[in-house]
Amino acid sequence: MKKLFSSSVGQKLIMSLSGLFLITFILVHLLLNLLLLVGPEAYNKAVHFMATNPLMHLMEPVLAAGFIFHIIYATILTLQNQKARPEAYAVVDQSESSSWASRNMYVLGGLVFIFIALHLVNFFFKMKFGVGGDLPKVVYEGIKMDDAYPLVSGLFKVWWYAVIYVIGAVLLALHLRHSLWSALQTLGMNNSNLRPILENISILYAVIIGLGFSIIPIYFLIS
Amino acid sequence: MNLTLKIWRQENEKAQGKFVTYEVKDISPDSSFLEMLDILNEQLVNKIQLPIAFDHDCREGICGMCSLYINGRAHGPDEGITTCQLHMRKFSDGDIITIEPWRSRGFPIIKDLMVNRDAFDNIMQSGGYISVNTGGIPDANSIPISKENSDLSMDAAACIGCGACVATCKNSSAMLFVSAKVSQFALLPQGRTEAKIISNIARMNREFLCANFS
Ligand code: HEM
Ligand code: SF4
Ligand code: FES
Repeated sequence: MKKLFSSSVGQKLIMSLSGLFLITFILVHLLLNLLLLVGPEAYNKAVHFMATNPLMHLMEPVLAAGFIFHIIYATILTLQNQKARPEAYAVVDQSESSSWASRNMYVLGGLVFIFIALHLVNFFFKMKFGVGGDLPKVVYEGIKMDDAYPLVSGLFKVWWYAVIYVIGAVLLALHLRHSLWSALQTLGMNNSNLRPILENISILYAVIIGLGFSIIPIYFLIS
Repeated sequence: MNLTLKIWRQENEKAQGKFVTYEVKDISPDSSFLEMLDILNEQLVNKIQLPIAFDHDCREGICGMCSLYINGRAHGPDEGITTCQLHMRKFSDGDIITIEPWRSRGFPIIKDLMVNRDAFDNIMQSGGYISVNTGGIPDANSIPISKENSDLSMDAAACIGCGACVATCKNSSAMLFVSAKVSQFALLPQGRTEAKIISNIARMNREFLCANFS
C-alpha cells in the first residue's frame, strides 16, 4: 500500500483511476446539461432528480476527492518529470514521439481547473447554496422545484461568458485527447493492435465532450 | 556536402558545457554520420585540438553504444535505426546540424557527447540473479525453456539498451527499457534454478536442523 503512493507506477495508477472517474463524471455531466437544449422542464426535472437523489449526495465528496487526488498527483508527477531532465535540449523535435496535448497535460489541466472554479461560482454555489439569492420556483406535475434554467440561459446571453465556456470546453477536450487511452495504458491495456483503436476512441470522446459543452453556450447566445 | 555542425562540448560531468560551431567540407552523402564525425575529429587532431568524444562500438546497429541527439531527435531524422546507421544522404548540402548528448538525470555526461549509462546496468542487475560458473560451457539442455517463452524473450531482447527511449521521452522515463528487460528476463527461468537450490538448502537446514557453513 505504501508503494502505491510512492512508486512511479503506483502514482501513475492514482492518476489513471482518478482520471477515469472524472471521465465518467464529465460524461454524465454533459448528458444532463444537454437537456438544456430540450427545454426548461426536462432540464429542471433532471436537476431536481440529481439534487434530491441520495446517491448523488454520497458521490459529491467522492467527486471532490477525485479532483483533489488527480490534482495533487498531477503536481507531484509533473515536478518529478521536470527534475528528470535537469538540462533541456537546445533543439527538440517531439512531433513524432508525442502529441502536443500529452506534453502540456499540466498546463491544460491547470487551465481547466481555473475554468472549473469560475464554473462553480457561476452555477454550483448559486444552485446548491443559494448564493446571490434563492432561485425562482416552478411546479411540474404538482412537484415544486428550483427553476435553474434561466440562470444558465441568462448567463450565456452575455457573449463573453459564452466565449469563456467554449474555450473551457476546448481546453478540456485537449486534456481528454491524451487522457482516456493513457489511463487505460496505465492499467496495462496497450499493444500494437489496441493502441491505435484506444487512441481513436480517446479523440472521439474528446471531440464529443468538446462539441457537446460548446453547443450549449452557443445555442443560448444565438437563440 | 558542406555542413555546419553545432556540437555540445563539455570537459567532464561537473564542467559547464557549451555549443561549439564547426564547418565540415566535401562530405560524401554515402558516408555515415559517425564517419562524418571521424573526419571532423581528424581535422581537429591535425590542428592540435581535442577531438569530440562520442560513443560507438559495433557501428552495425546492434550494440547500442552510439547515442547522439541530432536536430532534436534521438539517433537523428531516420526511422528505426541507431546513430551509426544514419547516413549523410538524409541531410542536404548547407544544413545546420545540432548534435547533443542524451539529456537525463540518469545519464550524466562523461565528456562532450558521451553519457554514463550505468543506470541501465544497475536496473538489470537489481532484477537479475545468476551465478557465473567458470569452466566449460554449460550443457544446453540443463535448464529447459519452452520455445514460446524463448521466442518472446528474444523479441524483448531486441532492446539493445541504447537509451534513446529515455533521451526521447518528454518525461525522460526509462519505462520502455525496463519493460523490455522485465519481459526478456521474466520469461526465462533465470535465477529460478538458483532459487530452487536455495530453497533446497533451506529445506535441508530444516530437515537436519543444521546450517550449511561451507
Ligand atoms: C474534468 C476534469 C478532468 C478530467 C476528466 C481529467 C482526466 C484525466 C485523465 C483520464 C488522465 C490520464 C491519466 C493517465 O495518464 O493515466 C489525466 C491526466 C492528467 N491530468 Fe487530468 N483530468 C481533469 C482535470 C485535471 C486538472 C484540473 C489537472 C491539473 C491541475 C489535471 C492534470 C493532469 C495531468 C498533469 C495529467 C498527466 C499525468 C501523467 O500522465 O503524468 N487534470 N487527466
Ligand atoms: S527500448 Fe530504449 S534502450 Fe532499448 S533499444 Fe529501444 S530505445 Fe534503446
Ligand atoms: S555503434 Fe553499435 S549500435 Fe551504433
